[in-house]
Amino acid sequence: MIRLLKANQLIAAGGLIVLLIFVVAVFAPLLAPYPADAGSATHPENALLAPSLTHLFGTDQVGRDVFSRVLYGARISPVIALVVLLLACAAGVPLGVAAGYFGGAADEVIMRVTDVFLAFPSLLLALAFVAVLPASLTVVTIAIAITWWPWYARLIRGQAASVAGRPYVEACRALGIPRWRILLRHVLPNSVTPLIVQVSLDAGGVILTISALSFLGLGAQDPVPEWGLMVAEGENYFTTGWWLVTFPGLAILITALAFNLLGDGLRDALDPRRLPVR
Amino acid sequence: MNSMKLQIRDLRVRFGEQLAASAAALDVDAGEIVGLAGESGSGKSMTIQAVLGLAGTAGATVTGSIKLDGVELTGMSAAELRAIRGRRIAAIFQSPGLAFNPVFRVGAIVTRALRQHGLSAAEARDRAAAAMRSVLLPPELLHRYPAQLSGGQLQRVAIALALALRADVLLADEPTSALDVTVQAEVLEVLRELRDSRGMAILFVSHDLAVIAELCDRVAVMRAGEVVEQGVTREVIAAPRHEYTRELLAAVPKLDG
Repeated sequence: MIRLLKANQLIAAGGLIVLLIFVVAVFAPLLAPYPADAGSATHPENALLAPSLTHLFGTDQVGRDVFSRVLYGARISPVIALVVLLLACAAGVPLGVAAGYFGGAADEVIMRVTDVFLAFPSLLLALAFVAVLPASLTVVTIAIAITWWPWYARLIRGQAASVAGRPYVEACRALGIPRWRILLRHVLPNSVTPLIVQVSLDAGGVILTISALSFLGLGAQDPVPEWGLMVAEGENYFTTGWWLVTFPGLAILITALAFNLLGDGLRDALDPRRLPVR
Repeated sequence: MNSMKLQIRDLRVRFGEQLAASAAALDVDAGEIVGLAGESGSGKSMTIQAVLGLAGTAGATVTGSIKLDGVELTGMSAAELRAIRGRRIAAIFQSPGLAFNPVFRVGAIVTRALRQHGLSAAEARDRAAAAMRSVLLPPELLHRYPAQLSGGQLQRVAIALALALRADVLLADEPTSALDVTVQAEVLEVLRELRDSRGMAILFVSHDLAVIAELCDRVAVMRAGEVVEQGVTREVIAAPRHEYTRELLAAVPKLDG
């Protein structure tokens, strides 16, 4: 593991930032100068103050400390993004591998189902789910995961289909190795590389989708310090209060970047085809 | 002729009405390398698949007789064939890079196959190392991943696996076609060594007559799914009786042309 980290600065850099975000999320109440501002507290007399030593990131339209809210935001967006991606993989990977490996009817059925999902713009589909169900972060999480898994199913299906025809997989079949074992030990590990990259790239996209839904009033609701929501609300004050969109926006950027670095590093580390010749 | 290691009689491999390969008589004896020559699609690989008992899974129907030491292979159950494949008849293929799962170390793949055939972990390790030495590779290469070995090295590992299983028949389906000439020479040297010191029976499929002329004791020429000529390599090359063999020979590029 240490050798892996040493050999791979991408993982180290990405992992460090993710760790930092995690620490911030856990210790937000201790780190934030005004913990109450992450909740329903308002201080209209302090509205729209520019960044200063008392308010590092300035204050928002109702006088809440933006710094405290950004710190608390680490408890929301990254966590939701992670859960969404895990759910999407949990559904997409097994279905995709099965479709790609078995082909035929299973492939047709699974791929046509993904077609149905992909035919709708994902934001619209998520919107429909959230509109029917009560607006809450749990519903948003599930709704985004539902629109997300078909991409993963397709991605891994193509890989699995090509791996299924390779001689080493044929050899496994000739040896009479049980199907689940072939899928798990031979097809899956050789199919996941593009998925790992895609998942890490998507972390930022999911956070942005959450914020888009929040912006439309269907995700996080106002006192919740969700970064996307903060950006959306701050947009109205952009000309006079640049700090309102900048800091939560930077938080989204850094989170997305960390996941991307981690993903690139993992790809390099996990793919034995990229190992240097010793 | 009963002593023949591998004896093929009236073999026909069909896909529906389409004849994919047929051989009236093709024998490989212990300690000899028999070449199977012919252009792409002439049925060379189908013949190999049929001997391995794998043509059926590809959707073909196989008729005729394939005997290993006088024991009929056609009509055997999948489980019976599995016990023979690898242990008695081993096969190596064109792209060694695709024959190994890239996520496992070479040694893990080799020992796994040995254990599949009933060896203990320690036995498997010892045998794998010994087999590596007999294909002129350092056993340390077993700790590497397939992508860290060259095509020629991988092909020799594949041969080592056949050796470790103590197979006495080796089916080689274009084993050197994907390799460059110097690497090809290493593999051919190993094959010769197997024939001479272990008395292995080798069926060597290739479209490359130059390689066959250099390596094989006897040669069978296939065209459009049929064996059209066979005999001692030197004689066939020197005095081809069939028109197609003459064409094939004429197509071999010559340096002094």
